[in-house]
Amino acid sequence: MSTLNPRNEEGRFYLLAAIGSLVSAIGVAAALYMEHEGHVVTGMNNQFVWGLPHVVSIFLIITASGVLNVASMGSVFGRALYKSRAPLSGLLGIAMMTGGLAVIMLDLGRADRGIVAATHVNLTSVFGWNMILYPVFYGLVAVYLWTLMERRMNPWSKAAGLATFVWRVILTSGTGSIFAFLVARQAYGTALLAPMFIVMSFAWGLAVFIPVQAAMYASSGEKLPPLVHQRMKNLLATFIAAVLYLTAVLHLANAYFAKNIAFETFILFDSEFAGMFWVGQVLIGSLLPLALLFHPATATRMLWVNVAALLVIVGAYFHLYVFIIGGQAFPLDIFPGYDVKSSFMDGAVDHYTASLPEILLSLGGLGIAFTITLIGVRALNFLPHDDVAKLEAAGAD
Amino acid sequence: MSDQGTKLNPRRSFIATAGAGVAGLGFTVIAPGLHLMAVAGDANAANAATDARKAGTAASPTVRWGLLIDANKCAPGCTKCIDACHTENGVSEKLSDPRQNSQWIRKIELVDRRNGRVTQLPMMCQHCANPPCVDVCPTGASMKRADGIVLVDRHTCIGCRYCMMACPYKARSFVHTPLHDQNPEVPRGQGCVESCTLCVHRVDKGQQPACVESCPNGAMTFGDLLDPASAIAQRIASVPTTQVRADLRLDQGVRYQGI
Repeated sequence: MSTLNPRNEEGRFYLLAAIGSLVSAIGVAAALYMEHEGHVVTGMNNQFVWGLPHVVSIFLIITASGVLNVASMGSVFGRALYKSRAPLSGLLGIAMMTGGLAVIMLDLGRADRGIVAATHVNLTSVFGWNMILYPVFYGLVAVYLWTLMERRMNPWSKAAGLATFVWRVILTSGTGSIFAFLVARQAYGTALLAPMFIVMSFAWGLAVFIPVQAAMYASSGEKLPPLVHQRMKNLLATFIAAVLYLTAVLHLANAYFAKNIAFETFILFDSEFAGMFWVGQVLIGSLLPLALLFHPATATRMLWVNVAALLVIVGAYFHLYVFIIGGQAFPLDIFPGYDVKSSFMDGAVDHYTASLPEILLSLGGLGIAFTITLIGVRALNFLPHDDVAKLEAAGAD
Repeated sequence: MSDQGTKLNPRRSFIATAGAGVAGLGFTVIAPGLHLMAVAGDANAANAATDARKAGTAASPTVRWGLLIDANKCAPGCTKCIDACHTENGVSEKLSDPRQNSQWIRKIELVDRRNGRVTQLPMMCQHCANPPCVDVCPTGASMKRADGIVLVDRHTCIGCRYCMMACPYKARSFVHTPLHDQNPEVPRGQGCVESCTLCVHRVDKGQQPACVESCPNGAMTFGDLLDPASAIAQRIASVPTTQVRADLRLDQGVRYQGI
């Protein structure tokens, strides 16, 4: 078989590595251009404070935490099926976190002041917490991978897995709290965002894990046991439904407050974001994947489960775009009860268009995550090996 | 605030003396506890009563600098406060996307939905006692001085813009482009966030903020909110004033009259 030919495999690896590195390098170059010219070359402004780079980096950071859920299912909750996947889960966690942090750090107005960020920490700031949350995340995942992959350290894997699990829950609570702690913006400022981000991370993390795993199996010529596929599919469906439920609760609760009705009308029905919400987030990102995962004709087929997972990822981008960009497009209600206008978009709905440098920087983050994953899976043995007979004997876990 | 107001204020005697002058120059008592400012020029003269901060001394927590803006006196179409602010602080860049320009102060027109009443007012950093921008700043670059002025340390701002997301008043701007010809007293920087400083460099010299001084109608009163003898404290004690989005309990240093 040609796929088992080492020369072909090597050639494929180098080609993909070159593409990933090129995309990453273009992203870094775009950031340097933004740094040199100023953010005037972006579509961001004083109204749209955060733009596409934040959508992408927050997706990567949330998903980095969520993809580790696969490892937690194995080490913390003792599911054998997931335990063999823990190393791959850890690698993806580190890769996606690195891609996400690269984008958000390179987008800073003063990206050269990373050392300032590391040495001046304001502990009342969720961003300040990140200076602790992210480095410890890396450290814990590295130790966890060590305990998984070094046979002598295996007895410590449960403890390391538990510590990683607790830490990533805290970390994603922090990511949700970035928005939950905004006191005056109609789109944010609710404590629901912290648990919601955690559930989003579960869904999106698994949605990334499933196709990556499939690609690895396909690349190595091995076949994913149907049992594994079946269980991961069910778990993904559960997480998608949970995100959909929390989304409904968030919008219903918001719409119940008279002061927020205008915003909810805007985001759900009367703006460019309404279509993104209903078609992108709800239909493509939730209902279609659920249908594919449960319909008898598609649920048993690997291809359609992967399609469902990819749709969840597409929906995740719509979700974050509506949440982050849509939340800023609606005017702040500085003077309740008044119609307001000014030279600075007060009282007016605004429109954001990402510029090329922002798009390239965002793609660069994806490139970094891809390249790290690619090199990791080739350099070390991350392909899960299942003892199917043992799994079947263990029953439903 | 009222508790703090009773503390010994080192500037008290100076301001009391000036306050006596103010009473003679500009105030007319129209009812017990209610004073009428005579003319704009007198109002600004009254406001000139701030004390210079000696070099090397820290800002005093016994002072809380604030502004009172009378929206009834803010004339439609007048941008003198904006012009003065931008001249004083060297805010001169004119980018093709106006949303990328810094706006330390902007004019807002309000139309009351209930009765159609139109009001104009200048909006700038509200110098909150509990500023969300300071809470969320990861490096502590956003800070509140002991005398209540909220500032950004340009040396430690990393340009994350979280403070801009947190500000309820859209009072902060991000510098989107390289800067030239800056005012040496007001350092700014590409990639950093900035906002109204209450002209801290002038206040520390005993002067008024540029916007206050420039207003032809005397719509703005600057002074120490904690000093009962100050013009601003006396007016706040005598006329109804409003803190914008008072429901957020941020206790702004900038108050409005007539909205």
